[in-house]
Amino acid sequence: MHGAVVLLELGGVILGLGILGRLAGRLGLSAIPLYLLGGLALGEGGLLPLVTAQEFIEVGAEIGVILLLLLLGLEYTAGELLTSMRAAAPAGLADLALNFTPGLVAGLLLGWSPLTAVVLGGVTYVTSSGIAAKVLADLGRLGNRETPVVLTIMVVEDLAMAAYLPLVTGLLASGSLLASVRPVAVALATVAAVLVLALRYGDALSRLVFSPSDESLLLVILGLAMVVAGLAQGLQVSAAVGAFLVGIALSGQAAEAVHSLLTPLRDLFAAVFFVFFGLQTDPSSIFPVLLVATALAAVTAATKVATGWWAARRAGIGPRGRWRAGTALVARGEFSIVIAGLAVSAGRESDLGPLAAAYVLVLAVAGPLLARVPSPMVALARRRAAAAARSEERADVSG
Amino acid sequence: MDIHETALPGVGLRHDFTTRAGRQLGVITHRTGRRDLLVYDREDPDACEEVVELTGDEAEALGELLGADRVVEHLAELQRIEGLAIDWLAVRPGSRYADHSIADTQARSRTGVSIVAVLRGGGAIPAPTPDVRLEAGDTLVVVGTTDGISALSDLVGS
Repeated sequence: MHGAVVLLELGGVILGLGILGRLAGRLGLSAIPLYLLGGLALGEGGLLPLVTAQEFIEVGAEIGVILLLLLLGLEYTAGELLTSMRAAAPAGLADLALNFTPGLVAGLLLGWSPLTAVVLGGVTYVTSSGIAAKVLADLGRLGNRETPVVLTIMVVEDLAMAAYLPLVTGLLASGSLLASVRPVAVALATVAAVLVLALRYGDALSRLVFSPSDESLLLVILGLAMVVAGLAQGLQVSAAVGAFLVGIALSGQAAEAVHSLLTPLRDLFAAVFFVFFGLQTDPSSIFPVLLVATALAAVTAATKVATGWWAARRAGIGPRGRWRAGTALVARGEFSIVIAGLAVSAGRESDLGPLAAAYVLVLAVAGPLLARVPSPMVALARRRAAAAARSEERADVSG
Repeated sequence: MDIHETALPGVGLRHDFTTRAGRQLGVITHRTGRRDLLVYDREDPDACEEVVELTGDEAEALGELLGADRVVEHLAELQRIEGLAIDWLAVRPGSRYADHSIADTQARSRTGVSIVAVLRGGGAIPAPTPDVRLEAGDTLVVVGTTDGISALSDLVGS
């Protein structure tokens, strides 16, 4: 009897997510905000609280985070990471300064502990590379000259996560900055070692794990990523970073094959992860923080646009391209939730979960929409030029 | 003509160049093998006016059309002369002419056939001089009588 209820609940949830995903596709939106709303509706205090499927969803959510980071790591080769880091270091620093600070300051102004404020800084810092990549592809902007600027900024952010996630994991576990020095040092050393090893021996490793059989390849890579994630978690380096490193270490044929094999799994478990985050949040706790979340969203949308604008200008891109680069970066999504999720599951600051949920709801929707809006500065300049031309004409006629 | 190469992390590579007429063209090579043909906007040179997605096969076909067409254009005029034939001969690995110059083949003196172009690795060497060395994998564009070409085909093939 219990089995039947679990199947019904789980099936209902997944079916519901499928329908929400389809709806999002119709509307040209990211599915992430809808999944979050779905989770809110199913949690405690929601419309239709789940009873039995909670446990599966909780484990599924952890697997979702691992798969999100594993596939992110697979996107890049170690060589790409290093060259991007060198090329985009100034833009990456500007990005960090402009977008981490508003979250940090907001957290402190809200009277939160410095630790939770650091977490909120992380939430406002990271662009959703999933949403941004989709926006670039949907709007046919992959070939645009500003696109490499956008992509390298996201690469730097992803690398920054490799240092930031262990920092937060360590801080949350011990509560002191000093105690988190070790996991951060371990993580940074491991990241550096993995990058060097991946540059030298990535091909050999990839050949070792590669198998022409999809089935065994899938199982080997998924198992490997989960084992490494578990080990990393045990060292308080953060499971997500472990999975990310496995992704980076793999390259070539193995990476390509695994990428296409794991994408559907990632889609399933990432959706479960967003639902789980929604589940943990009481919908009634969203309303009190909605105003703060919206204000924070407005500020950090502006700072992301400024980041992209500045970085694109440095790369010699014209005003319209600068605006496109800035707006492409506005969307926040999966990584903001991953970061907030760490603090929520550690039971810190009860307002953080609802605030992060509301914040991502706003920016995951507003980001792609803003990216479609043509640059207001250019439209203004054009109107001015047209007006100037008209008045000149008039002067010619009257003269 | 300068072709610029730009890495697109997580996507692949982009190549672009400016034509003599001032239009900017580019190609994105995705890791998956997909190609995007890019035509940049005249007004906003940072943006693409047109993006055409091509599968690997389609990109290859387009490349062949653009590359091989030029040779064919030049030869089309010749084809109007009665008795004159044009053919494409492959230099297979192990052919006796692989790694030999065109002069070594003595194609003209033995068969009366002229080698008017050598197609190699997507490019072409039009009107090759006798000292151009042939390589396995080359395709020779030859002009002569039908009999002459079939004689040369036997020579190159052996």
